Amino acid sequence: MATLNSIKNMYGICSHVIRQTTGLRAAKLIQQRAFRVNGALRQQPFDSSEEKPQFPGASAEFIDHLEFIQPNVISGIPVYRVMDRAGKIINPSEDPQLSKEQVLNFYQKMTLLNTMDRILYESQRQGRISFYMTNYGEEGTHIGSAAALDPRDLVFGQYREAGVLMYRGFPLDLFMAQCYANVDDLGKGRQMPVHYGSKDLNFVTISSPLATQIPQAAGAAYAAKRENTNRAVICYFGEGAASEGDAHAGFNFSATLECPLIFFCRNNGYAISTPTNEQYRGDGIGKTGSTLFCLGSRSVCVRCEPRILCRAVAENQPFLIEAMTQATRIGHHSTSDDSSAYRSVDEVNYWDKQDHPISRLRHYMTARSWWSEEDERSWRKQSRKMVMEAFEKAEKRHKPHPDLMFSDVYEEMTPNLVKQKEAMWRHVQQYKEHYPLDAYAK
Amino acid sequence: IQTYIAFLSIFLFMYEYDGSLFVVGPTTKMNLFQSVTSALDNTLASDPTAVIFGEDVAFGGVFRCTVGLRDKYGKDRVFNTPLCEQGIVGFGIGAAVAGATAIAEIQFADYIYPAFDQIVNEAAKYRYRSGNLFDCGNLTIRAPWGCVGHGSLYHSQSPEAFFAHCPGIKVVIPRGPVQCKGLLLSCIADQNPCIFFEPKILYRAAVEQVPTEAYTIPLSQAEVIQEGSDVTLVAWGTQIHVLTEVANMAQEKLGVSCELIDLQTILPWDTETVCKSVAKTGRLLISHEAPITGGFAAEISSTVQEECFLNLEAPIARVCGYDTPFPHIFEPFYIPDKWKCFDAIKKLIIY
Repeated sequence: MATLNSIKNMYGICSHVIRQTTGLRAAKLIQQRAFRVNGALRQQPFDSSEEKPQFPGASAEFIDHLEFIQPNVISGIPVYRVMDRAGKIINPSEDPQLSKEQVLNFYQKMTLLNTMDRILYESQRQGRISFYMTNYGEEGTHIGSAAALDPRDLVFGQYREAGVLMYRGFPLDLFMAQCYANVDDLGKGRQMPVHYGSKDLNFVTISSPLATQIPQAAGAAYAAKRENTNRAVICYFGEGAASEGDAHAGFNFSATLECPLIFFCRNNGYAISTPTNEQYRGDGIGKTGSTLFCLGSRSVCVRCEPRILCRAVAENQPFLIEAMTQATRIGHHSTSDDSSAYRSVDEVNYWDKQDHPISRLRHYMTARSWWSEEDERSWRKQSRKMVMEAFEKAEKRHKPHPDLMFSDVYEEMTPNLVKQKEAMWRHVQQYKEHYPLDAYAK
Repeated sequence: IQTYIAFLSIFLFMYEYDGSLFVVGPTTKMNLFQSVTSALDNTLASDPTAVIFGEDVAFGGVFRCTVGLRDKYGKDRVFNTPLCEQGIVGFGIGAAVAGATAIAEIQFADYIYPAFDQIVNEAAKYRYRSGNLFDCGNLTIRAPWGCVGHGSLYHSQSPEAFFAHCPGIKVVIPRGPVQCKGLLLSCIADQNPCIFFEPKILYRAAVEQVPTEAYTIPLSQAEVIQEGSDVTLVAWGTQIHVLTEVANMAQEKLGVSCELIDLQTILPWDTETVCKSVAKTGRLLISHEAPITGGFAAEISSTVQEECFLNLEAPIARVCGYDTPFPHIFEPFYIPDKWKCFDAIKKLIIY
């Protein structure tokens, strides 16, 4: 079947790529993207003299006995990893050979994200913001995948990719502004917390419905291909969202329409309370992708991904990276969830204490004497101070002007909305003591 | 004025070009599907980012709306997609967000529902929810719409009411080739996601002299096709031609002068033109094929009674489809034909 063939092709190609690119640094790879239009398979011409099924695009052969393809015949799809649990590179030729500055940057971004998560989670518990979703255990996937991208590449996310935005330079003030829905929020206070977006950083605003971004990413990649400016698109989603019809649609469209696109599935073992064996059968969602590749979650994304991106752009093909975060989702699904209702505290503790991507990266750095206990202490203090300052500032700011409830529904203000806005203000003027006007901008 | 008889006799209306629109430039005889092709041709010629996609559009489309365009503009611009409406619209949204002019075709309006989530939760809300950082205003969705004589449940639907309830999109329905091309070009140019429903029964039956160059007809502006003093008639799409005949019947048999309004844009709709007319006549009849309960006539009715309560001489009449799925063999009994509308006018007059 097509998927199996492409797995075989993928492994064949991958090992070839590995041999070729040993020693190359991630940063160089990004610059070396070549761009070609229409590099994909050519259609076989119809030839009724050949004893083969004649379907456009097919390469199958006839057999004369009935044979079922058993899922167990092929052992589980191997999971690629570079580092072991102690932060040691397993195969030296796979070492991404990143510089100290790069690795320190990764570590600081991951820990800053973690610190921000802790503080904002607590602030929700205290009733200061209405909702929050943490990124515990997935910091590596965010930072690693973001590092491999070009800043112009368009990012479609689901909701647990704040590290990508952080890596690209979204300031703490704006994270806080969105969570507090204050007057500085780029989204003008319209959405729940963690629904970030940034036009400057090419991060499309998050929306709550799951998997809707997947076919959209295919469309954006198609448009990027036609623009011919060497731009790629990456689309993040969880393993739960991959069950949605939109996911199948997105994969299928990106394959048939030859879109330069990376699908990045963050498989963290749970979709709220639903474990993966109730979400799909098999080792991962990978069976449904048209081309697939599985990775461990560490910053090794930065090792593989540039090669995949090069190929995605050069060949106008979609690639699926399924990051088995190998930690269960460490946090609760969101502040509306208490995961002790469906999994054991021990299980969570194990991943948090023994196998966290942040501690693994720290072991890697301390082994090279790039990071000391003193560095750790002073960075913890500094990052916490940065987060607290942004937090306190955001909390004091006003909320946006209520007029902003009525704008941007359409590009222009429509007559019905003009009337409704006037009606609202007339009402609020008359009953002003019942409305929290003081909290809002005048 | 050119008159062409409708393709199927059970409809018992005559298609007449009302000549109400003043458009300049050379014209050529086009039916409705050709006016669509012409609009798309103009767009692909002037906008290098424009792409047209959907099921079977490459060979020309099941209704011939895209004939010749792939050969003329290339297979990267006019292409088939897999059979998946949620994918078609999702893909279109993404392409629009990335800056392309995306024109998606849904093969029948009856099959638009898998894309409902993408339209309502995504396209309509893209600009609002992002604080105007992102939008998919470059997206236009086209779909054949309305009864066709034998379409039955799944080739006859008029789903405009489902989308009328969704702030952030525009819903537009033309009554003939001249309006079709102008309104479609307006939808494509409009910086909001638009759904353009094309009355399929008029694809061949409606023929007019249509300008070959590009032109636009404003959205959210209803057109008073015929002025009158006694009763206001409101409809859109195919039903305008039914009501045109009904207006003539009312004049001849009852001496009643009807003012006929083509709403054209369902969302956002032109309340001013309709209310101004009802304030003058005091009587309103709204007619559509879609089922009466929750149909768009209910919205018009509600607004008009708020704005024109003291002007009304009679309850507002709605002549619509029954609250059943669109039937096959019973279509002649189901549709709001000219006799039902004529009878409703009689009741309005004698109230």
